[in-house]
Amino acid sequence: MAYDKFNILTSSAVPLPIENVDTDQIIPARFLKATKREGFGDNLFRDWRYNGDDTPKADFVLNNPTYSGKILVGGKNFGSGSSREHAAWAVYDYGFRAVVSSFFADIFKGNCLNIGVLPVQVSPEFAETIFKAIEADPKTELEINLPNQTITLLATGQQESFAINGYKKNNMINGFDDIDYLQNIKGDIQAFADKLPY
Amino acid sequence: MSKTLFDKVWDSHVVRKIEDGPDVFFIDRHFIHEVTSPVAFLGLKERGVKVLYPERTFATADHNTPTINQHLPVQDALSANQLKALEDNATEYGISHWGLGHQKNGIVHVVGPENGITLPGATIVCGDSHTSTHGAFGAIAFGIGTSEVEMVLSTQCIMQPKPKKMRINVNGQLSKGVGPKDVALYIIAQLTTSGGTGYFVEYAGDVFENMTMEGRMTVCNLSIEMGARGGMIAPDQTTFDFLEGRLYAPKGEAWTKAVEYWKTLKTDPDAVFDAELNINAADIEPMITYGTNPGMGIGISKHIPSADQVEGGEETYKKSLAYMGFHEDDVMIGKPIDYVFLGSCTNGRIEDFRAFAEIVKGRKKADNVTAWLVPGSHVVEAQIKEEGILDILTEAGFVLRQPGCSACLAMNDDKVPAGKYAVSTSNRNFEGRQGPGSRTLLASPIMAAAAAVTGKLTDPRELF
Repeated sequence: MAYDKFNILTSSAVPLPIENVDTDQIIPARFLKATKREGFGDNLFRDWRYNGDDTPKADFVLNNPTYSGKILVGGKNFGSGSSREHAAWAVYDYGFRAVVSSFFADIFKGNCLNIGVLPVQVSPEFAETIFKAIEADPKTELEINLPNQTITLLATGQQESFAINGYKKNNMINGFDDIDYLQNIKGDIQAFADKLPY
Repeated sequence: MSKTLFDKVWDSHVVRKIEDGPDVFFIDRHFIHEVTSPVAFLGLKERGVKVLYPERTFATADHNTPTINQHLPVQDALSANQLKALEDNATEYGISHWGLGHQKNGIVHVVGPENGITLPGATIVCGDSHTSTHGAFGAIAFGIGTSEVEMVLSTQCIMQPKPKKMRINVNGQLSKGVGPKDVALYIIAQLTTSGGTGYFVEYAGDVFENMTMEGRMTVCNLSIEMGARGGMIAPDQTTFDFLEGRLYAPKGEAWTKAVEYWKTLKTDPDAVFDAELNINAADIEPMITYGTNPGMGIGISKHIPSADQVEGGEETYKKSLAYMGFHEDDVMIGKPIDYVFLGSCTNGRIEDFRAFAEIVKGRKKADNVTAWLVPGSHVVEAQIKEEGILDILTEAGFVLRQPGCSACLAMNDDKVPAGKYAVSTSNRNFEGRQGPGSRTLLASPIMAAAAAVTGKLTDPRELF
């Protein structure tokens, strides 16, 4: 599925300084019953965001108009648990294009890269700096520069670089996906398969 | 060059390496279920491509299925729609499909091994993180996202950077009442839920060598709960004995040849791991979790740690205890419980029902407990009846339900109500995992049995 190309993103950010945010919180299992990729953003963080009677929980950050932006800043070990890509879809569909954390769970990170959400892993110290900057000024802006692999707090110029492999970086900048790549080498794959024991 | 078991299987499946990028990794066997596959098939349709090797993909319905009255139409319209989408897609693309009511139907990670689809040295994926289960056979098996499901359907490959390698050695004698689930929960408590992230684990040592295949599957299943992509155990005679004669396992001469190859699938003596963990089996006691991630586990006789004793943020820790309605320094034994769930891809196999039955035999289910006993497959269900386990369960006041994922993730009607405590043999105690507001305590089948007959958390060793 096509996604927005990613180059340089400048935006304020939404802070969620909780550790071990699992994909069951990002999107609870009962919202995985669709057969199309539609409307997952409405249920992003459903049970933290809404009461049982569907009224918004005032103290949850997504319901606080003070915070907005295309960047979500999460606590350590973000996206653990279930492999459901629906979690990454919910993040994307809600309007986030990047998630920043000091540590990501593997499968969630891979899913994000496959659908156009950039996972930006920073040091625990820099994550703390970002949380403090947002606390001091909720409108403070971050710049995520994918070509240069840097994340910057624009108000102070504090900056850190982040890692991403060259192949995935190129995909995100151009909006390519892995299936395009794999389709083009199908002949090689079939020749390889013929030699396997099973 | 010396190689680990993981290296041997991984390296033999790399179609090509991309410079500064992932490996193009070939997948031998692919499982699909109704929840994470529909959008992948939509993608195929949009691109106008076919399934490259339909015979390498196997479909089963499990996440959404009801566990009673499976002969009737599924009541929940959305669930019914997903089940139908799986069936339609399987039919259209020529994929074998074990839908609701089929005698081979069951939880994907139970039926795969049961039918010999899971083999040593194979690479196996599924859009489900507990695909790590199949590593028990010396396969590389891990969970993938829906985009990757589409990749496998259309090209039989995914693009993965090779993970780092960790070996976890558990040696010595396990105490009475300590089983595979306790070993796994103990390891996760040591490593935390992120300690294995970036690694693929090999479990080694005499504790795993002496374990049954069911036990090995329980351990490998929980690899993802320490953050590892998967875990594997070198195949041995126990593995071969389990597989011989199963539906999809090689036969005759092909079997002999396969076993010869499988015997080479072990880590070379001087192979090097990126990390290694050594555990003494005698240190492990029956485990219980008290928080909202699987790393928050302790021995049943222990007190809940205080915030300053645990790694990580105090705020997150306190939020977790508040959700559970527990306090620092609480004693676990004696805490009242409301629900017991025996089942899931972690503990829904015959051995788990045998263990549960051993404790409840001659006792009665406590009146305050609602118990859901859900076999992992129809094959397990049949075996429960054949071995007389059903009679023991019925006598003790329990009812056996029909196979499926059930209350592990509560996508069907098996939901634990808000605020209620469930002792569960499943794999995740996340907030709301077993229903909005539910509170999950992860444990072994015998711990669940002890809670079911006493109505509270009880050290199962007292009931032998």
